[in-house]
Amino acid sequence: MENNDNTQAAACKPLDFKNNQPVRWCPGCGDHAVLNVLLKSMAQLGIPREKTAVISGIGCSSRLPYYTRTYAFHTIHGRGGAVATGFKTANPEMTVWQVSGDGDCLAIGGNHFIHEVRRNIDVNLLLLNNRIYGLTKGQFSPTSARGFKSKSSPYGTTEDPFIPAELTFGARGTFFARSLDVELNISQEVMVEAAKHRGCSVVEILQNCMIFNNGIHRYITDRETRADRTIHLVHGQKMIFGRDNNRGIVQDGFSLKAVTLGEDGYTIDDVLVHDAHCESNFVHQQLAMMDGVDLPVALGVIRSVEAPTYETAVAEQVEEAIAQHGFTCLRDVVMAGDTWTVE
Amino acid sequence: MSEKNNEKAKVQFRQSIVVRFSGDSGDGMQLAGNIFSNVSAGLGDRISTFPDYPAEVRAPQGSLGGVSGFQVHIGHGVHTPGDECDVLVAMNPAALKQNAQFLRKGGAAIVDIDTFTQAGLDKALYTTNEPYEELGIKAQVIEAPITTMVKEALKDTGMDQKSVLKCRNMFALGLVCWLFNRPMEAPLKFLKAKFADKPEVYAANELVIKGGYNYGHNIHASVSTYRIQSDEVRPGIYTDVNGNKATAWGLIKASEMSGRPLFLGSYPITPATDILHELAKRRDLGVKAIQMEDEIGGICSAIGASFAGHLAVTSTSGPGLALKSEALGLAVMAELPLVVVDVQRGGPSTGLPTKTEQTDLQQALYGRSGESPLVVLAAATPTDCFKMAFQAAKIAIEHMTPVILLTDAYIANGSSAWRIPEEGEYPAIKPNYVPQALKETWTPFMRNALGIRYWAIPGTPGLEHVVGGLEKDYNLGVLSNDPINHAHMVETRRMKIANVANVIPELKLKGDPTADTIIVGWGSTYGHILDAVTRLNNEGFKLAMTHFRYINPLPKNTAELLSRFKTVIVAELNTGQMASYLQSKIPNLNICHINKVQGQPFMVQEIVDGVKNIIMEEEL
Repeated sequence: MENNDNTQAAACKPLDFKNNQPVRWCPGCGDHAVLNVLLKSMAQLGIPREKTAVISGIGCSSRLPYYTRTYAFHTIHGRGGAVATGFKTANPEMTVWQVSGDGDCLAIGGNHFIHEVRRNIDVNLLLLNNRIYGLTKGQFSPTSARGFKSKSSPYGTTEDPFIPAELTFGARGTFFARSLDVELNISQEVMVEAAKHRGCSVVEILQNCMIFNNGIHRYITDRETRADRTIHLVHGQKMIFGRDNNRGIVQDGFSLKAVTLGEDGYTIDDVLVHDAHCESNFVHQQLAMMDGVDLPVALGVIRSVEAPTYETAVAEQVEEAIAQHGFTCLRDVVMAGDTWTVE
Repeated sequence: MSEKNNEKAKVQFRQSIVVRFSGDSGDGMQLAGNIFSNVSAGLGDRISTFPDYPAEVRAPQGSLGGVSGFQVHIGHGVHTPGDECDVLVAMNPAALKQNAQFLRKGGAAIVDIDTFTQAGLDKALYTTNEPYEELGIKAQVIEAPITTMVKEALKDTGMDQKSVLKCRNMFALGLVCWLFNRPMEAPLKFLKAKFADKPEVYAANELVIKGGYNYGHNIHASVSTYRIQSDEVRPGIYTDVNGNKATAWGLIKASEMSGRPLFLGSYPITPATDILHELAKRRDLGVKAIQMEDEIGGICSAIGASFAGHLAVTSTSGPGLALKSEALGLAVMAELPLVVVDVQRGGPSTGLPTKTEQTDLQQALYGRSGESPLVVLAAATPTDCFKMAFQAAKIAIEHMTPVILLTDAYIANGSSAWRIPEEGEYPAIKPNYVPQALKETWTPFMRNALGIRYWAIPGTPGLEHVVGGLEKDYNLGVLSNDPINHAHMVETRRMKIANVANVIPELKLKGDPTADTIIVGWGSTYGHILDAVTRLNNEGFKLAMTHFRYINPLPKNTAELLSRFKTVIVAELNTGQMASYLQSKIPNLNICHINKVQGQPFMVQEIVDGVKNIIMEEEL
């Protein structure tokens, strides 16, 4: 359950959510930016820190909870989602952030990931995707491209990667957003939206590892070309992008196409309006799969739809069962069964 | 009593009696057995039951693999479901073949003779047309045409053939009730409640059960009749409970006594799943029991709930415990309360999923990475599961530690009569909350005088903190790689568990305290060992007994008590796991073994024979 109570908002500053521990990521690591934006987002949301939890697995990104002043839990590799599920189910009053990486979330934790998405547990899942194992010093991950050379794939990998958005939609996800570690404003926007969304909110942040995979996202993060190779999607707004804001996404049969306004007869009227709340994920999936080559990589909230959340449904069943059966303690239950008295 | 006498006696007075119902897994033998044990318990008998069901959900009808059994032991001094049965009900040739080995010499077999056709014998792989001789049955056989008589009794009801045949179990039950002088009112009352929504089914069952009873009456001349003398039991209100249900209830009671809501994260696994089933029903008591995507998800969700301030539990069996090992280490490191129930089964790997063993003891004690001590308990009987589950939760919460409770398929599925405690009988459970006075200076791994860290419940302002699997600084609770600090933390976690010895009961001595030899068991073997000791003492053998329900840490008087004896016999359903644990803790003991690893509980006679062999060898 998200707390949108604005009376708290004034009291919160980013540093209210930061503890005094030294941050130990490598200089230049994208995780620094993610931490700072998360702290800002928490302040913007105004949910008090005692109502906030940050839960992670193992990996560079999973160190993040150690730097927050919240109820924070650094668990074991891949299991952050399962721990977060139990935590949130036990206490739906808490706002729960889960921090994970591409290895933690999609390799060892893949099973927990798809099931927490499917259950729609109300957790805000930050998936920091640097397409490499950093903490173990440079092995390919489930998001590394086919043929990617690493210490554990010296001849190049022989497998295709996961695309986190596709996996999220396959697991019937209700929320998917994407940002870049260097896009601070969009990152904050999607984190806040993720927190406001009731259900499992997957936020993929394409993030750079300076040491083992430097520049893996350069094709889309370079200042020179970023505006042409990414698009910031906002619900209800035209899908316009490009350095000169003159390019747009249009429908092309069952597919999408990037066009330049004023060319080939395309006008602003042809450009699609983003509908993140559309029940069907058909267009969302096409938007999320845009790879920056023919079509720009989609940033912002790509999908955000309402659906029952797991922890609320459990809590409602508890309330109903208590009301229906009228038991107050174990003894009531036992005595309602077959008993006999020995004098 | 000799076989000859047995045949002559028309009415036998016996201290206790064992009945085994067997048939196809669809024949309703568990239900018939359950009703019979409930009826007997209601008459003041002590009861102990043991279902023996096949691993397959539905093997082909009439085949050996599809036979399901339910053994009931009622009467005086009942501690086990019994080694052998006095009466065996076999609904088909396969059931007779699978269960004849359990029938006592001079007992009685009741068979549905209508099923003993050539086809029936073939399906059960008999090689001759003389099933009793082929099986070497030395007992009276009552050949009752059960199918025929059930069809006859129900011919006017208009029921279809399949529904008619489903009532055969009630005919057998009626016959057994007549044999043991059980009045018809109690089973009829039970059936009426069970089929409250289906009056026509109740009516049919009533006809059939009375038919079985009357049949027994009519053939009176040819059957020895038993009368059981009732046991004296402590006054109170009783119910019949199996170990899994008792475990679930013990956890619920602990939640009530501690004020911490109950959470179960679990994954289906035989023979532990009934704990999940029972707790899932108890949403009506506020219990949040959730089925996760796998065993690891089960324990991890429980750890999350524990961090959130719940009494958190995960239930499993041996293979599931293996999958939970890493997360258990996290609970040790984060020092969070957690109860893990391991309902042991035959292993390794998938092993014998529906059968019983005590082969997870060393996994429970040692099966984690690093120095990761935790508390290990074991329940002794089906009703003891209630008490030990309660104790497991109490220790977990009060000592901020994971606790593994070992039960097994035998006591999980076996049942006995349980006196429902009065509300004032339960001990208090006091969570180790952060004291108000410490709130300003508190750090997450600050400890009380017993070395137990405080529990800060999320949602509480000012107590935000980080826990995790990395080593922490002893004083500040922040990350630390310091070598000396690590050694200090390892010792601190060890001492925290060792200190639990101060709050658990000491070992009690039973049997003959002047003996040179003591027999030692743990967990579910209690009843069998107790009966064996009683029998041996009666035969003049000097033998003492003690039994472990608290295994790590060991009760404080363990070394002193065991060292009094020249010989310590450890009887267990594995190849010597408790024996080597005791030897490692108390090196000077002269330990002898009685072991069994067949997926079956001990028989009392096996322990009696084992002790005699050891005593004779020791005297040589």
